[in-house]
Amino acid sequence: MIKVEVRLFAYFREGRWKRKVLEFEDGTTISDIIKYLNIDEDEVSMFLLNGVDGPASRKVKDGDVISLFPPIGGG
Amino acid sequence: MGGYMGKVIRVNLTERSVKVEALDLKMAQKYLGSRGFGVKVMLDEVPAGIDPFSPENKLIVATGALTGAPVPTSGRYMVITKSPLTGGIATANAGGFWGPKFKSTGHDAVIFEGKADKPVYLYVEDDRVEIKDASHLWGKRVTEVTEALQREHEGANVLSIGPAGEKLSLIASIMSDLDRAAGRGGVGAVMGSKNLKAIVVKGSKKVPLYDEERTKEVSQEKVKILRDDPVAGGGLPTYGTAVLVNIINESGVFPVRNFQYSYTDKADLISGETMTEKYLVRKAACYRCPIACGRVVKLADGSVVGGPEYETIWAYGADCDVYDYDAINEVNYLCNEYGIDTISAGATIAAAMELYEKGYIKDEDIDADGLSLKWGDPKAIVGWTKKIGLREGFGDKLADGSYRLAESYGVPELSMTVKKQELPAYDPRGIQGHGITYATSNRGGCHVKGYMISPEILGYPEKLDRFTLEGKAAYAKLFHDLTAAIDSIGLCIFSTFGLGLPDYVDMYNAVCGEVYDEKGLLEAGERVWNLERLFNLREGIDSSQDTLPKRLLEEPIKKGPSKGHVHQLDKLLPEYYEVRGWDENGVPTEETLERLGLKEYKKYLSLATE
Repeated sequence: MIKVEVRLFAYFREGRWKRKVLEFEDGTTISDIIKYLNIDEDEVSMFLLNGVDGPASRKVKDGDVISLFPPIGGG
Repeated sequence: MGGYMGKVIRVNLTERSVKVEALDLKMAQKYLGSRGFGVKVMLDEVPAGIDPFSPENKLIVATGALTGAPVPTSGRYMVITKSPLTGGIATANAGGFWGPKFKSTGHDAVIFEGKADKPVYLYVEDDRVEIKDASHLWGKRVTEVTEALQREHEGANVLSIGPAGEKLSLIASIMSDLDRAAGRGGVGAVMGSKNLKAIVVKGSKKVPLYDEERTKEVSQEKVKILRDDPVAGGGLPTYGTAVLVNIINESGVFPVRNFQYSYTDKADLISGETMTEKYLVRKAACYRCPIACGRVVKLADGSVVGGPEYETIWAYGADCDVYDYDAINEVNYLCNEYGIDTISAGATIAAAMELYEKGYIKDEDIDADGLSLKWGDPKAIVGWTKKIGLREGFGDKLADGSYRLAESYGVPELSMTVKKQELPAYDPRGIQGHGITYATSNRGGCHVKGYMISPEILGYPEKLDRFTLEGKAAYAKLFHDLTAAIDSIGLCIFSTFGLGLPDYVDMYNAVCGEVYDEKGLLEAGERVWNLERLFNLREGIDSSQDTLPKRLLEEPIKKGPSKGHVHQLDKLLPEYYEVRGWDENGVPTEETLERLGLKEYKKYLSLATE
């Protein structure tokens, strides 16, 4: 098992939480975590793995931080 | 032809005279209006090398062809002048309602020349244009001025400066509708230097439409696109621009302590989510805006006022290492009241805090003010903001921005500025394309003239890898040109969260006539960009100023998700010049000027290389 910190932002927090350390099986992907959280992957705009955006198919490892954002903008 | 009202007011404050001139429609169409119109007037009418505070400088307030037209986000106007902060072109944009109200008087723009011998304001009610005495308003803050003028002129909209503009703070803004700011470049100080306190407008005219039916149809279509867009119709209205705090911080590009760090574990204390949960009273929309990103918040004393934008929250928050929302809301209100640019003010206090930390500013320099310059002190950001607004004590030095402050201690490199204007809330070391827009922005350190954060962080209109260089120079040029076009037609750049070039062509052509195709409109933006560049070159701002603070080029980010990166400007800048059609010194080539229909400005090319 690996420990991954999952951080949620904007409306993903509603009915959930802001940040939590969760345990997953080795080989878990960001997609698997999104599914576990019962979030529709199509609603996720930014999949940060340790601060870097990229595909949800990336595997996570022990100590990683995942930050999930819906579409947002501003400036 | 629709869109334009066809008239320009020219006010000579020295002579106290007012003339109304016909707008040259061919010229307006070529340069679109607003920003493009103003820059052209500055280049054509203002001699090179003048002091920005001299009567020779002009202050232009201009609307675009679509400002006030029945299309979404048409609430914008632009202030154009020679900046006392940068010495180059200043183009400061604001929303709200003032712009459309001004245009409803039947005028596209007003050009101020000279200097009044005592405080005055301009009153425009349709064809009636009068210079009026403002002695009783001098020294007053923005709310007091606005309320006094609205008592005198019922139903009018007010644009004014606060005390900071009167006292020629180089970071003074121009305010309208109480809390909308034409913020950057010290435009408020130019207004103050002319003894012009306010412009009060009341009108009854409608923007003429080339094709009313088509305008209605196009407008409905674009409103729907914006409403359905997950950002323009979702994240932005729900959380305001402050929704960016977390994504920028999580990406490790949220500058902390004057760009010494780029990540903080306290960001959520000042996030959009926290503002919405604890401080938001209601949202606020500008004229004809379906997005409504504006915030109205409650201060600690219970008063309800305009709330801070993302950039303000960063400048006074993380950049000063302050995570106290009450203090940030209060300084935002104070900046609006004194008429101060929040980005430059917060970033200047942050630079002062670093100068204090490093021992350049001594306790005895600030003891008499009774305020600290310690990182994280909420009382300090509130106290120094008031002193900047009044040029009191050490606030007098802060009122001229961080470059002049740091330079006075012999360490200008501690000022996080480009062309002496403070950088906004993104560390370009971890966002390479955004860095090239910082370095090359015609008005100095700025994020709104080419917002590469969209593709590099937010994935709009597509995702780009923020650390790579390939294609970034061309992308940055495209964003610069498109933004110049959107600014110049009078729409809000936040409409790009949903709309693209074809949508702007649709709206411009429906309102004005079948003038532009996509290539043509983008090229008009490019024309405006090049015209600004020529203005700057004429004023001696050459490629040596297309750079970033040394820290961002040489010191790798110390920790967080973007650790180890520096900005690779040396690789991107030559490519940017090349895609622009400029020579290796950043000077437009003759061919480029010819292609853009700017042949008449070739004379400035020799000035630039002298």
